[in-house]
Order: sequence, then structure tokens, then C-alpha cells
Amino acid sequence: MAVAALEQEILSMRKRRQLYSLMGILLVAAVLVSGYSKSNEMNSGGFLQGLSKFFDYPGEIVVEAWQAGPAFFGLIIQYVPAMLETLNIAGVATLLGGAMAVILAMASTRNVDSWGPLIPVVRRMMDIMRAFPELIIALFLIFVLGSSPVPAMIAVAFHTAGALGKLFSEVNENIDRKPIEGLSACGASWLQRIRFAVMPQVAPNYLSYFLLRLEINVRASAILGFVGAGGIGQELRRTIGWGKGAGDETAAIFVLLFLTIMLIDQVSSFLRGKLVGASRAH
Amino acid sequence: MAIDTLNEPVFNRDMVFRNVRRRAWITVGAPLAILAYLTYTWFAFNVPNLLAKAQPERAAILATDSVAYKVHVTKFLRRDIMEVAIEGERRATYSQEDLPEWVEVDGTDAVIDLGEGYGVTIAGKVMEFTVPDYGTIKVTATNSGVETELPAGPVPDWLKDNPKKLDARPTLDRRVQVTRTKIEVHNYFGGWENFWFPFHSELHGMSFSQLWAIALSNERLDPNRSNMSLIMHDFLENPDWQHGEVFVALFETIMMAVLGTITAALFGLPLAFLAARNFTPSRFLRFGTRRLFDFLRGIDMLIWSLIFIRAFGLGPLTGALAIAFTDTGSLGKLFSEALENIDNKQVEGVRATGASQIQRYRFGVIPQILPVFVSQVLYYLESNTRSATVIGALGAGGIGLMLVETMKTSRDWENTSYIIILTIVVVIVMDQTSSWLRRKLIEGR
Repeated sequence: MAVAALEQEILSMRKRRQLYSLMGILLVAAVLVSGYSKSNEMNSGGFLQGLSKFFDYPGEIVVEAWQAGPAFFGLIIQYVPAMLETLNIAGVATLLGGAMAVILAMASTRNVDSWGPLIPVVRRMMDIMRAFPELIIALFLIFVLGSSPVPAMIAVAFHTAGALGKLFSEVNENIDRKPIEGLSACGASWLQRIRFAVMPQVAPNYLSYFLLRLEINVRASAILGFVGAGGIGQELRRTIGWGKGAGDETAAIFVLLFLTIMLIDQVSSFLRGKLVGASRAH
Repeated sequence: MAIDTLNEPVFNRDMVFRNVRRRAWITVGAPLAILAYLTYTWFAFNVPNLLAKAQPERAAILATDSVAYKVHVTKFLRRDIMEVAIEGERRATYSQEDLPEWVEVDGTDAVIDLGEGYGVTIAGKVMEFTVPDYGTIKVTATNSGVETELPAGPVPDWLKDNPKKLDARPTLDRRVQVTRTKIEVHNYFGGWENFWFPFHSELHGMSFSQLWAIALSNERLDPNRSNMSLIMHDFLENPDWQHGEVFVALFETIMMAVLGTITAALFGLPLAFLAARNFTPSRFLRFGTRRLFDFLRGIDMLIWSLIFIRAFGLGPLTGALAIAFTDTGSLGKLFSEALENIDNKQVEGVRATGASQIQRYRFGVIPQILPVFVSQVLYYLESNTRSATVIGALGAGGIGLMLVETMKTSRDWENTSYIIILTIVVVIVMDQTSSWLRRKLIEGR
């Protein structure tokens, strides 16, 4: 009897699950189909006409780059300073945002004895900082400060502080409290406990997230350049604005951006593997 | 060297010293290096020059303008007419019988009370502006420019006086401009004007309960349509705020993020099987798929959007495809890592029951990676909402482009702040929804 009831229950649960899965899949399919047809309608160029033109533009710039011959490499070199500026935007933003994030994380985790009343306040603050799209802050600051890399840097740093702060405080939540208690038994102050009990435990994970963020920020600063924040994005906007004939320059920027992003991705994933691997071994 | 150290005891004196010294170097060196880098960028970004050129007053103007609106009292000298209009817009002009009480118009002359002792009188081509603690500024418009008589004493900062134009703004909320063609007085008020309905709509200035009564009543204000649709129409088609267009743009942005992320997930998952060591024995295929992921990710959203804008023009489709291409790479890489870390025991258990290949994947593999799949897709959905605003600004449309355009005109900052607030609300809502779904689906609570 009991077994039969159990079987009934399991079967009905399975049915319900299958129903939910089916509904989920149907929902996703409906969103996809209706979304694509709707957006195809809203787009100024349709999908089918666009498909035939899809390779036109890449083809055009590849041909122009090919015609440029060896001078193409000169063009790439020519844009290195602009790329460097974008990297600097990302670098400074990640450093400043990361430093800010450490402070925010230390102020918002119960596990590291943050001051209680501050915790919810700082958490909400980080949520808001994360929610602000970089574009909005960048455009606002460009309006006030003029076209320069600094607005982009501040915008990216602001967002980074919120995003990294959340990840850092999650790391803080998972640390071992024994070293903290040991130090407080010796009469260590809060700062000393953070420095000697918390930091050594979290440093590898912090650094790993930091590098991941650097990767993301390089992309973000390249894009922000396009709305007037300097760096490679601005150069790209200029060469694209020239239209036909500047395809070789555009191609040079594309190649440079691609190579840089790949390089940073590879280096950062290698370093992250080492960092997290090292912490795992101990 | 490395082999030697293996045989030695772990703690030897030299090694400890070496480690301590290395630590000391890092403790001193890392902050110094960071400081040096920041100093270098300080000059590379040309911050001193930037600080010199910054225009903080623009921030003040922006802040005032985004929470206030102004009413223009304008006298057009050529046509000899007087007009009172909100933001100087023709479609928000007060009729002569129904002027605000602080303006008294007599034919084409006017007496304007700007409050707190500030006052303007306009008579013919002469304007007198009374400023407490300063005196009366008398300006006469001539055929070639303006003639100004200032009170004795030094000329204050808020007064810009040249032969072509006089511009006086003694406080943030009072401004007077005179040129040879017109005399213009701005009076600022707090709030967003005409936010709900256009100035000349019958519904303008009604309270919520009045609107509710009208919506439910049978007497049609406009015989051609029901009151409910009239209210909707007047609200959405409000020419100052363009609610309808803003909502469409927001919808486009959300659509870009949702479509892009789902598409990326659907293409990323099968490709991830091809890139995972334990599912694809062929080294060649694996290598190819991984490089494809790297390629898609490396090209970056910026370049993909530019290519797609060329091919497909403006619109949500462009943004969705740009997001889909980039994130197929990112998600594919993440999924393939998750696939490589699965526990093989479950697969073998399913195989022991005589399951076919597809059943093994369905019941042995998918349940293991589903949490990773769902949580990563939701994370990307959230961050793509933010990316979609930026892609829009590059020219793909949606709320990003709208934001850039309203900022470029830099006239109606209240519209800009309206769009900014809506964008942030949408991002926060997406963020909350995705974390709610994540909790619901993965932790089951």
C-alpha cells in the first residue's frame, strides 16, 4: 500500500517535472521565434538581405588590407599607442576599482567581523554600483570633463568596484575563521586581523578575479572609446567614419585589438590557473 | 637545481631567508610599482590639463536642468509679438488669456515678477532687469546689437555683456538674454513639465482620480476613440517625453540581451561537447572548436557589432547577433570546462542499465552540468543587458542610441535623466530577476 502510494507520488512528481520542462522549452522556443521575427521587422535592414551582405564588409577591408601589403604591419604599429591608451584605461580602472572593492568587501562580510550596521548599506551600494551601465557614467563625465580617457577610466572603475566587491565578499564568506580567532586571542586589532588572518587566505582568489576583471575591462574600455573616451575605440570610430578606402586602417585596428585581447586572455588564464592551482595544493 | 631541492628537507635556512627576502621585496616593490604606474598614467592621460579644462559648471547646469524646467517669456522684436511658452516650445505656448500669474502682458509690453525682488519690465525695445543688491540693468536693442547701461561698480561674473548680446544669470533659476532680434526671460520651476500629457491635451494637469473617472465614464472626450485609448495615446505620443519611443527602445535593448544570450547558449552547448576532452577523442576537432571559441571571444562585441551594423542596419537583430556571436565563445568555453569536470561514475551507472548514447548524455551528463548551464546563462543575461545599452550606443539602436542622441542635443537634460533612470531600473530588474531565477532553479527555494 505504502509502496503503491510512493510510486504514485513519484510518478506524479515526474509528470509535473516533465510538464515544467516542456513548458520551459516551449517558452524559450516561443521567445526565440517571436523575438527574432519581431526584431527582424524592427531592424532597418532585414536578415535575408543582410546575410548576403554579411561578408561584404569584412571582405572589403581584407582586400584593402591585402592591397596595402607590407605597409599593413606599419599601420598596426602606428596604432599601438592608441591600444596602449586603452590598456591603460583598463589597467588603472581595474587597480582603482579593485582597491575600492577590497575595502567594500571587508566592510560587508560578517565572516571577517565587519561592523554590523554597515553590512546591508554597503551591499546595497555595491548592487547600485554594479547596475550602473558604464556607458551612462562615461557619457556624463565626457560631457563635464571633455573627451579624454579619464571619464572612461572612472566609469569602468566605478562598475568594477561594485562587481569585484561582490565577488570578493563571496570569497570572504568562505574563509576559515580559525586564524582570525587566533589573532584576536593575541589582542590583534581589526586591521591586523584583516592583514594577517584574512588577506593571506583570500589573496590568490582576489588576484584571480582581478585578472578576470582586467580581461573584461580591456574590452569595455575599447568599446567606450567608440563613444568618445579615447584609445583604440576612438581611432576605430575615425577610420570607420572615413568609409571606403580606409579599410586597411580599420583592418589594422581590428587585428591589433584581436591580438591584444587574445594575448591578455591567454596570459590571464595561465596566471589564474597558477594562482588557483597554488591555493588548491596547500 | 629543481631536482636538488626535492631531496633536501623542506625547511632549510637558506630557503627560509630567500623566501623572507622575496616577500620583503614584494611588500615594498608591488606598491611602488603600482604607484609608478599610476604616476605614469597620470601624465599619459594628461590629467593636469584635463583638470584645467574641466567645466564643473556644466554638471551644475545639468543637475538643475534635469530636475527643473523653465518658462520662456520671449519678445520677438522683428514681428513685435510677445510669447510665453514652456521651454520656448511652440506646442507648449500659453494663450494670451491664460498666462501664468507672474507675467503681466500689456499688448507687446510686459512686467515679469521673478520673485525675491528680481523683476523685469519690457517696454518697446528696452528691457530693465532689477537685481537686488546690484541695481537695474537697462538694455536697449538696436538695429546692430544691444546697448547696455549697467549700475556703477565692477561687472559681476554672472553677467556677459558684449555689443551683440547681453546674457545675465544672477541665480541658477533666473536668466535674461537680449539680442537685436529678441528679448528672452527664463524663469525656472522645479519638476518635470508636461510629463504625463502634452500641454495642449485636454488631459493636461488632471489628477489621477480625475483620469480614472474619465477612463471609466461613457462620455467620450474625442468622439473617434474611447477615453481609455485617448489617455494611452496622449501619454505615449507625448512629444516632449516620447514615452512610446522610449519604451520601444527599452524593449529593443532587452530583446537584444535575451535573444543574444539564449542563442549563444543554444549554440554554445553542443559545441562545448566538441571541445571537451572526455567527449571528443579527436584532437583535431577539439583544437578546432577551441580555437573557434577563442576567435569568437577575441573578435569582441565591439567589432562584431560594427560588422553586423554594416550588414543588417539599425535594430535589435544586429545587437542580438553581436551578443550571440561573442557569447557563443565565452559560454562554450565555460560549458566545455564544466563538461571536462563531470563525474564519470554517473555516466557509467546509466550505461550499466543498457542506455544508448543519447540516453547516457541525457541522464548521465546533462543533469550534472545543468546547474552550471543555468547559472552561467543567467549571469550572462544580466551582464548582457548592460552590454546591450553600449552596443546600442555604437549604432545598433535601442536605449543606448537614444541616450547618446538626447545627450548630443544637450538641450533637455530632463529627458536624458529620464532615460538614465529607466535604463538603470531595467538593469536592476533584470539583475533581480536573474538572481531570483537562479535561486529558484538551482537551490530549489
